[in-house]
Amino acid sequence: MPVPEAASTSGGLQQPEPHRRASREPRHGGWREVWRQLKQSRYYYAMFIIPFLFFVIFCYIPMFGIVIAFKNYNVFDGIAGSEWVGLQHFRNFLSDPYFYKLIRNTMLIGFYQILFAFPAPIILALLLNELRHALFKRFVQTVSYLPHFLSTVVVCGIIVNFASFEGLINQFLGVLGMEPIHFLMMPEWFRTIYISSEIWQGIGWGSIIFLAALSGIDSQLYEAATIDGANRWRQMWHVTLPGIAPTIIIMLLFSIGAIMAVSFEKVLLLSNGSNFETADIISTYVYRRGLVSSDFSYATAVGLFNSVVALVFLTIGNTLSRRVSETSLW
Amino acid sequence: MMRRSLGSRLFDGANIIFMLALVFVTFYPIYYIFIVSVSGGSAVMRGDVGFWPVDFNWQTYLLVFQDPSIGRSYLNTILYTSVGTVINLICTTLCAYPLSKRDFYGRGFFTLMIVFTMFFSGGLIPSYLLVQKLGMMNTMWALVIPGAISVWNMIIMRTFFQGIPNELYESAALDGASELTSLVRITLPLSKPVMATMAMFYAVGHWNSFFPAMIYLDEKAKFPLQIILRNMVVMGEMSSQSQEISGVYAAVTSTNIKYAVIIIAVVPILMIYPFIQKYFVKGVMVGSLKG
Repeated sequence: MPVPEAASTSGGLQQPEPHRRASREPRHGGWREVWRQLKQSRYYYAMFIIPFLFFVIFCYIPMFGIVIAFKNYNVFDGIAGSEWVGLQHFRNFLSDPYFYKLIRNTMLIGFYQILFAFPAPIILALLLNELRHALFKRFVQTVSYLPHFLSTVVVCGIIVNFASFEGLINQFLGVLGMEPIHFLMMPEWFRTIYISSEIWQGIGWGSIIFLAALSGIDSQLYEAATIDGANRWRQMWHVTLPGIAPTIIIMLLFSIGAIMAVSFEKVLLLSNGSNFETADIISTYVYRRGLVSSDFSYATAVGLFNSVVALVFLTIGNTLSRRVSETSLW
Repeated sequence: MMRRSLGSRLFDGANIIFMLALVFVTFYPIYYIFIVSVSGGSAVMRGDVGFWPVDFNWQTYLLVFQDPSIGRSYLNTILYTSVGTVINLICTTLCAYPLSKRDFYGRGFFTLMIVFTMFFSGGLIPSYLLVQKLGMMNTMWALVIPGAISVWNMIIMRTFFQGIPNELYESAALDGASELTSLVRITLPLSKPVMATMAMFYAVGHWNSFFPAMIYLDEKAKFPLQIILRNMVVMGEMSSQSQEISGVYAAVTSTNIKYAVIIIAVVPILMIYPFIQKYFVKGVMVGSLKG
């Protein structure tokens, strides 16, 4: 049964307008269309040229600089003139037993980070959400964001002084009648110190995203749950958590991507000769070998290995997440 | 009305206690550092300082301000932060504005190219060598240019720009405005909140930055505050001036000095903190939900 619209279009002019047909023609019209669009956007290009150059120079050129990981780079021969050694550097560090200690340290810290520091903001957000007094909630939130804005140096300064032999923490232990502990000299304590400081700094700021997600949950779902007789716990389990699940997954993926990129500055500041056993990680090793010992090619190779492994983790996590849920980064 | 069971009320009570504990743990370290810095040296050594200053005095701060390296590094940091933030804002805006326009030819490609840099980078060594090659070693430029655009911030800004109704631009175009005029007279006035937020983020980033200065600057006269802070507080090196002065005044110990330097590094952040408060939560939310 013909629809009224069909009747009018079939009865009237059938050919599309001339200029549109021209742009569908392969080569000639296609390029003219491209040129027209380029010209139309020319002011945008004028603006964009500075950011574009920025990304090319400071992001993409270093990416090409990675090639020195496959050479024996030295300043005199330059990048092009340095001899090609292929995978030699990679073979070197993969056969170095110390390297596996580095991997262990890096991944353990990263793993603990995900185990402890990742859930902390989520729990805080859930608890904040349960507070009834709006002003109190605002107050707690405001205070909790504060450590995020302190510099790494300040936080490490606090740690170094509080955890020192005469510092606040040992004074407190003394009050409890316990022996003082050389926290910063002992490898066993390093991860605890690092993760605790990450939680202290990040719990408030990290909760913002989850609180935003929580506010996005339809309140009608809560009402329906109440009507069905659900108490607070069941509501949290059946309404709240599923509601913020996509956000949790995305943030988790980001964290996994960052497993290998453990906060380099903080580790650098907190590691000393005594706790190298657990404190030396891949990125601090890259820094020492590359910038302190000027072993540029070797350090770049290690750094490249680090980036690639991180990317692999991220891709695996992303694929798994795409299969299991509907949320993923790409 | 929900029946408030006993378990529910206990939970609320525990929650409030937890929150108070959190506030305490967050606030106390900074508070403690402050009260030590205004306490007498001998009291500090004895470990008497708990919740209140003992032998209250401002001696430590007087000494600290007399130390030239601290004063110079403070000025350096102010310089780097101001110049850096201005560069940041200009570059990020010039990047976000075209990317927010649907009729920007190649928009998808450029966006992809930029977002990719969030996931993969050349690494420390190639970036270092690049800065070297560009002749920026030991200059301020090494600190403000390589970080000119933060992709995360740029996306937040772009999302904001995308929210500005197209009709405004269309009517301006009808009145004969160029793209640049549109940007300046329509977009920017409407973007005050996001600009303020971005300025805060970038400024705090510059103020707290330490590693680029550590690897790119050689001259002590150019060091920013964080480097001096690190030397004194983390590595325990006191400049010779501080040492001899603190020897003369028995009321000031090295701990006093260290803590006072921490406080003066942190005070600017604390002062602008209430202002950041207003804007940044919204900014982060906008960026995260839509980005």
